[in-house]
Amino acid sequence: MGEEKEKKFKTITIPASLFKKIEERIKGTEFTSVASYVTYVLREVVEEEEEEVPFSEEDEEKVKERLKALGYLD
Amino acid sequence: MPLPKPHGGRLVNRTLSCERREAAEKEAKELPRLKLREELLSDLRNIAHGIYSPLEGFLCQDDFENVLFEKRLADDTPWTIPIILDISHEERERLELQEGDALTLCDGSGREIALMHVESIYSYNKEEFAEKVFLTTDKAHPGVAKVYELGELLLGGEIEMFGEVEPPFSRFYLRPVETRVLFKERGWRTVAGFQTRNVPHLGHEYVQKTALTFVDGIFINPVIGKKKSGDFKDEVILAAYETLLCNYYLKENAVMSILPMEMRYAGPREAIHHAIIRKNFGCTHFIVGRDHAGVGSYYSPYAAQEIFSEFPDLGIVPVFFKSFFYCRKCMTVVNEKICPHGEEFRISFSGTEIREMLLRGEVPPPEIMRPEVAEVVRRWENPFVS
Repeated sequence: MGEEKEKKFKTITIPASLFKKIEERIKGTEFTSVASYVTYVLREVVEEEEEEVPFSEEDEEKVKERLKALGYLD
Repeated sequence: MPLPKPHGGRLVNRTLSCERREAAEKEAKELPRLKLREELLSDLRNIAHGIYSPLEGFLCQDDFENVLFEKRLADDTPWTIPIILDISHEERERLELQEGDALTLCDGSGREIALMHVESIYSYNKEEFAEKVFLTTDKAHPGVAKVYELGELLLGGEIEMFGEVEPPFSRFYLRPVETRVLFKERGWRTVAGFQTRNVPHLGHEYVQKTALTFVDGIFINPVIGKKKSGDFKDEVILAAYETLLCNYYLKENAVMSILPMEMRYAGPREAIHHAIIRKNFGCTHFIVGRDHAGVGSYYSPYAAQEIFSEFPDLGIVPVFFKSFFYCRKCMTVVNEKICPHGEEFRISFSGTEIREMLLRGEVPPPEIMRPEVAEVVRRWENPFVS
């Protein structure tokens, strides 16, 4: 798996002081490594910035109509 | 607090628009065809409707292996249950299938449902699969038995669905895009998802209502589909919940819709899978009780809660409940954390006992099951899957 892992993951560098701070921060949390914490934070940031495919008002109206027809909305 | 983003950041939609649909239907007629079993059709629909976001198709080899060994997709997104399409060597030969080919997926009657772009055809080790996912290779485990029945090869690749696969009990079926609109319309900012494959007893109601004291809404989401012998029939579960909701819940803070999907009985791994699915529906919280998705004594009672500590990046908050029971001294449903009385005062909510009671034609007492619910269940001569 070692070689495989190298294909799927890339190394980046961060300042040692930041690394130390993160190490402190994850103590007592469920994150087992600085890498897993940094991946989580970066993923959140990237997803936040990614544009969702817009859900048009027309689409939303169609959904509401179905929800009404099924009795989920009044 | 906004509803959570779908798993992987984007709600997948692999159903084709009207314009693309016509061309795809034409293309499908020229391609080799593969009939899918009922449970694979459910997985196909769940991929297409975004219930399994971020999956866009059946798992390719790198994702499959990563899920098996790391409980994550190849890009490190948490994912614990392999969503796979199996095929035998003979079928592959008959279809003359190669990586890079397209394939038409059909339902049991041969109706064309979807296109699949086959990116990966691979073999796998069934014993390893069983051991990793079910933590046992014992063929008496229903999930393991199923693995040994699968074809020797797996097909991975994106799908595009153009035919509607009408789920059973479709009036109770909502897609994530619909539940998200529904939650928003109801003004819910926090929603607890509740997974079930049982008719509700008072313990379930206690858990749901306890969660409801700190969230805006409860989303009751029974799994409908292939189950093991002795489980309640789908129609019984739905009728029982309809009755319970109608008599004992406020309409404005409880919703029930179905999840057509096969139960795997993979205990801890399946608990994570169930949580991811409810995150896609828009839930902020997910209720995990004792022996969630377990069967027999293959998993320790709280293994399905403990596994959540491996996923700090899951994006949905698990809500753990201890075992609960009716205490004759407290005169209510409680759990071991809040009841100081001895075992002699306890009435347990044992599924086995409730099942035996019903099979003997007895009415479960009101300390265990609401009389209206018991009455509905007793309308069926045999309410269980045989």
